[in-house]
Amino acid sequence: MDHPIKRDHARFRNIVKGRVRDNLRDYISNGEMPLPKGDGKYKIPMPSIDTPRFKFGDQSQGGTGQGQGEQCDPVDGQEGEGEGEAGQGEAGEGEGNKELDVELSLDELASILGEELALPNIEPKGKKTMQSTTDRYTSVGTVGPDSLKHFKRSYKEALKRQVATGTYDAKNPTIIPIKADMRYRSSAQKVEFDNSAVVIYMMDVSGSMGDEQKEVVRTESFWINLWLKSQYKDIEIRYIIHDATAKEVDEETFFRTRESGGTLISSAFKLCKDIISEDYNPSEWNIYPFHFSDGDNWSTDDTKLCLDILDNDILPASNMFCYGQVESRYGSGQFYKDLIGHYKEDHEKVTLSKIKNKDAILDSIKEFLGKGK
Amino acid sequence: MTTRTKPISGELLKLKDEIHQYAIDYGLDFYPVVFEVCDYDTINILAAQGGFPSRYPHWRFGMEYDQLSKNYAYGLQKIYEMVINTDPCYAYLLKANEFIDQKLVMAHVYGHADFFKNNLWFKSTNRAMMDVMANHGTKVRRYMEKYGQDRVETFIDSVLSLENLLDINVLFETPDVQRSRESKAQEFAKQFFHDDDDDGRSSHLKSFMRSKLFTPESNKPKMPLDEDVIERKRPSHVSPRDIMMYLIENAPLQDWQADILGILREEAYYFLPQRMTKIMNEGWASYWHSTILTKKALKSSEIIEFADKHSGVMAMSRQNINPYKIGIEMMRDIEYRWDTGRFGKEYNECTDMHERENWNRPTHQGREKIFEVRKTHNDVTFIDEFFTREFCQRMQLFTYKYNPRTSRFEIDSRDFQAIKAKLLMSLTNFGQPVIEVESGNFANRGELHLIHKHQGVDLDMGYASSTLRNIQKIWGRPVNLSTIQEEKEVTFVHDGKEFRPLKS
Repeated sequence: MDHPIKRDHARFRNIVKGRVRDNLRDYISNGEMPLPKGDGKYKIPMPSIDTPRFKFGDQSQGGTGQGQGEQCDPVDGQEGEGEGEAGQGEAGEGEGNKELDVELSLDELASILGEELALPNIEPKGKKTMQSTTDRYTSVGTVGPDSLKHFKRSYKEALKRQVATGTYDAKNPTIIPIKADMRYRSSAQKVEFDNSAVVIYMMDVSGSMGDEQKEVVRTESFWINLWLKSQYKDIEIRYIIHDATAKEVDEETFFRTRESGGTLISSAFKLCKDIISEDYNPSEWNIYPFHFSDGDNWSTDDTKLCLDILDNDILPASNMFCYGQVESRYGSGQFYKDLIGHYKEDHEKVTLSKIKNKDAILDSIKEFLGKGK
Repeated sequence: MTTRTKPISGELLKLKDEIHQYAIDYGLDFYPVVFEVCDYDTINILAAQGGFPSRYPHWRFGMEYDQLSKNYAYGLQKIYEMVINTDPCYAYLLKANEFIDQKLVMAHVYGHADFFKNNLWFKSTNRAMMDVMANHGTKVRRYMEKYGQDRVETFIDSVLSLENLLDINVLFETPDVQRSRESKAQEFAKQFFHDDDDDGRSSHLKSFMRSKLFTPESNKPKMPLDEDVIERKRPSHVSPRDIMMYLIENAPLQDWQADILGILREEAYYFLPQRMTKIMNEGWASYWHSTILTKKALKSSEIIEFADKHSGVMAMSRQNINPYKIGIEMMRDIEYRWDTGRFGKEYNECTDMHERENWNRPTHQGREKIFEVRKTHNDVTFIDEFFTREFCQRMQLFTYKYNPRTSRFEIDSRDFQAIKAKLLMSLTNFGQPVIEVESGNFANRGELHLIHKHQGVDLDMGYASSTLRNIQKIWGRPVNLSTIQEEKEVTFVHDGKEFRPLKS
């Protein structure tokens, strides 16, 4: 049987995820999601629940430290205390900053994301048309290059032979392998089905989308890419920006450009439709169009046109169409209302999300990817 | 649990015998130490549970475990020693440790074991805590089955808000004092309630029985209302700082609630001496692992590795005091001073810097002195008495504080008095605010009145508000807190719905 603490642990995870014990909500700090800090390091989320206690306020009190330096020198230059020995187990002391900076591979990052947000793995579309063969080193053979020599197995063979032939001396256990003892790792060919996906990001860059809004879109698309990359072997990403007209751009431009002028969302949808029909056969590709805007569209006629394109072209081809509405001071948010009026809350292929600010990004990712499609 | 830890054998057992003998030879005195080896997951589990293999079910142990596991998984921190203050003393060794680590840990553990047995603040510690904790676990589990996990857990959460409101003097309550206090309480009970219950039960249990009469749900009309008021007004036999005990005796609790409050109180007091002697305890253990290893147990080939590990443990940071480092250095400083006669009237009054520096009267009382110190002091008195100007300078200590202009923490002062004051401040009342019960019948309305004994630092009112709400849940009536905020005396009240200042 597993140790009872695993139950405490599961309980804790459930509380943090808000599944049970709503009354603790106020005290939960989820810890930040792993955010890229530039140098390959990420913050690991360390959710914790802070039991309220009487305690001293005024963090400017500071404390005592050791080291060199003059008055007014900053003390937070160095971090960490080296490896600490835990004392005689007094749990729960030394609260405070529970964030960890660690180096992570993107795979680890994606798995943390998946776990924290409870994202389901994506079910790729059923058509396995793209085949490829890979070599997997799963067996052992008697021939091969030196670089694939399996030391342990070769040693075993030699030992077996020496014991069998009586040349093994327990007092002087030297094992000398001969050619027949050598074992090599050998490969077997395996057919794999590739699932390829394409993400088409569309963003409204009309005057009302400011830097803050773009930052939200950028962060969100980072995470979406991360997750989709962990799910698909190959992934292509296309970027479209639009105001009254749409054009395809590279990543850099996508996030940097600031245009102004009116907004015709249909222009982007049209371009998206063209890209799909030209380059991506829906029966081979998993297609994810994402559209971000602040919800303003030029006219209701154009909105109608947008819905037409969605219904007739984009939706049938895509796994899922996601619309994220970034809150902005100027945007009316009308487009969200139009979409939700047309598709209702739980349309099979349309996911709508409102992103208030940076903190809401995670929730919105969860809405987008939580369906596992 | 038995399957998760294994008794030591082979070369570790031999090592243990060796270190044990060195410890005895040096005059250390301890309960038998049982060493067991386990893997990192087990040691994380044990550490999450405060060292004990079995605790009551609660999410906070899961949280602790979650954090320890992550720390370990990302290679940021590992625990390699743990020892529990029981008789016999249990100590856990991490299986994956190198031999030299195990040597260091064993010697370190014997230091802790000696401290646990001899330091006076541990005098009243229940050495059978392993069983007590396991029993607590069984009881709480049973309550959860009966009353529902959410309900019991919610109550525990509220009580945990009080876990730091302890009276250190309770540690010196000998069984005699306890008995006399309890018998007084019993007499009192009889007086007021013409108690016809038999005396077979402990007063502890009785006190729940009594309090049950006031449970709002209980429909026993035999208690007239005005006696309720008397009950809440009655003089308490409980220290005003022992707030958990006060609530056990005076709050309208159901049996199981009072029992849980008692359980958590007992555990909190068990851990209290360790919180009060962190610096001394670690200093003492480090002093001994260093002495035993460098003088006896190390092979010459192991010196470098030992120095590496030892310095890792002793590393100081610019933001924190490392109790291991301060502790060991102070122990060594005391030993040195009492070896060379640097104490007493003559030395203290000597103003000649040069003479002071080169003072040497071979008194050779150092070892004896540190044994005495480890017996009678706690961190506060230890720092207060032995933290000297010379020591402070040698350790290159400073105080720092937040500079709002540059929005960073900056070195504030290297003044000896300021550093000492700050250190002592952070240790006083084990670093927690002093809160006392003033009255259980505030404004003659049966409200609880708590007073924060302000010692220069204001309370964090956000936390205070949530804490009061939790106490209110236990007390049932509004709870008031008097404190000082920005140099003004203020009283706040939480009535279960909102937190607001009380208009005077």
